[in-house]
Amino acid sequence: MSTTLRQASPTATSRPARGRPRTRRSPYPGWFYLPAAVVYGVLFLVPTLASFYFALTRWTIFTSEFIGLGNFVQFFQEPALTKGFVNTFVYAALTSGAKVVLGLALGMLLTSQIMGRGYLRAVIFFPVLVSTVGVGITFRVLMNPTKGAINAALGVVGIDGPGWLVDPSIALLSVAAVDIWKGVGLATLIYMAGIVSIPKEYYEAARVDGAGSWTLFRNLILPLSWPATSTVVTLSLIGGLRSFDLIWSMTRGGPGFTSDVIASVIYKQYQAGFYGLSTAGNVILFIAVTAIVLPLTRFLARKEVEL
Amino acid sequence: MSATTTPVPRTASAPGSGGRVGGSRAALYRYGVGTLAVVASVVVFVVPFAFILLTAAMDATQASEFSFAWPRNFQLWENVVEVVQTRDYILVIAFINSVVLTLVSVTALVVLGSMVAFVLQRRVTRWTGAINFLVLSGLIMPPAIVPTIWVLQRFGLFATMPGLILVEIAFGLSFSILLFRAFISTIPRELDEAAVLDGAGPLRLFFRVVLPLLRPVMVTVVLVQSVAVFNDFQNPLYFLPGDAGATVQLTLFNFQSQNLSSYNLLFTDILLITIPMLLLFLFFNRQIVAGLTSGAVKG
Repeated sequence: MSTTLRQASPTATSRPARGRPRTRRSPYPGWFYLPAAVVYGVLFLVPTLASFYFALTRWTIFTSEFIGLGNFVQFFQEPALTKGFVNTFVYAALTSGAKVVLGLALGMLLTSQIMGRGYLRAVIFFPVLVSTVGVGITFRVLMNPTKGAINAALGVVGIDGPGWLVDPSIALLSVAAVDIWKGVGLATLIYMAGIVSIPKEYYEAARVDGAGSWTLFRNLILPLSWPATSTVVTLSLIGGLRSFDLIWSMTRGGPGFTSDVIASVIYKQYQAGFYGLSTAGNVILFIAVTAIVLPLTRFLARKEVEL
Repeated sequence: MSATTTPVPRTASAPGSGGRVGGSRAALYRYGVGTLAVVASVVVFVVPFAFILLTAAMDATQASEFSFAWPRNFQLWENVVEVVQTRDYILVIAFINSVVLTLVSVTALVVLGSMVAFVLQRRVTRWTGAINFLVLSGLIMPPAIVPTIWVLQRFGLFATMPGLILVEIAFGLSFSILLFRAFISTIPRELDEAAVLDGAGPLRLFFRVVLPLLRPVMVTVVLVQSVAVFNDFQNPLYFLPGDAGATVQLTLFNFQSQNLSSYNLLFTDILLITIPMLLLFLFFNRQIVAGLTSGAVKG
């Protein structure tokens, strides 16, 4: 710390003391908020507030006609739109659940004494950095029902692979699987940090008390990595509920509308020029995220305090 | 920072391998499970990337077979040249667009985000609670798309690069502020007081004294936000339509719609736009891992 002080002093003394009332001004001025507040206010808060009005209108950007709850009624009456609503929750729950389980398992594996640990950490994390659209296109080719490499490999061992992205009953699950593939590296990383920060004395104490590996996992690793679980769940839910890039690059909501989510419905309605309906989708997504993520973060934080 | 590189204590090792780990059991775990994990990782994680690389080196006929095979005519360089020249060098323009977008918005995210975080962490007023709430909302809430377009249009910024840059800043601010705030709370206040006593005003205090100390977390913010902005697909799709302003992610999408027959070129494009991230990964692997974990778990 002394070095930083010494670095700081020449710049401070180089300015000759003028008769300015320095001490009266706060060193933490409110106007530091200003540039960020303008950008955030104009491009995030204003549109969010405006969405609550425009969701109730028939809207062409230039003119809007108030139609009450018509857009919301339409959203929940058309099966194509309702499907997107349900899929959003299925997708978010599946991807976050899998990221917690796999992330914890891989986190434990990659913090233990294991061969090739550095390589494994790197290779699992790399997909996090790669373009989502690139990953989507790659897996769309790999998952091709007749020519794709996945079904070719399954064919070698005598399994007749399903039509991953063309079968309406599993298209959404296939996209979710790729989402997990791409995102599990981040979950693993967060769990690794959580597990490594558990003091080693705890393990020793547990061993002395004769704890087996299951007891060790259940009563030591799981509770003490709770902050990591909380982070992984929150981050993947936020990402999963608004997921768009991967679904759009793999199926565009198809076949039909069986793998649509709210975010892709918003885009489709926007493309079709139904701006009011599209904005209603945004408001529904907003409410869904608030209703799920806010209580959940409260719950997770409370559990964290109890532990 | 060293969290992930610290060797795990031996007693903590192999949670799944039973009570006291004997020498031979430890070796079995180390090599047996290790081998299994490496084999599984090759199938699950290496093969898809090898597939991209191989397909990018194939001719059009072989690429359309979708097979995981060695290229009959190895023509990676020819494909690169062809993809770069396609449609009057659109990919080059897209790379420039993406780099400008990433550089400008990430710089702004660092400066504006750290300024807010500094005052927010240091000065507690009756507004602090409300500001914290707004910051968290920005992280959690999905942005309203069409109303944002409506606002941008009012300012004549829709479908322009400055407009997209401002959008990326607005959507990314919350995450930057949270990371910076967590780090600033570890910098002692006495340092500010010393600088103020030495006659530093707020600007000098922040830019000359505090900002240089933020370097570790700044690396994290820069890396995380660069990856997010460079790989962003949804925001350019909505807020910067049209070929002139296309970012690299959009070229991928447009190529896909236009040259369905030439998968080798499509995969060459994927390969080319992955290279910046690959370089980032090779140079900053350790910082990314350390920074993300400290930010994500402690922040």
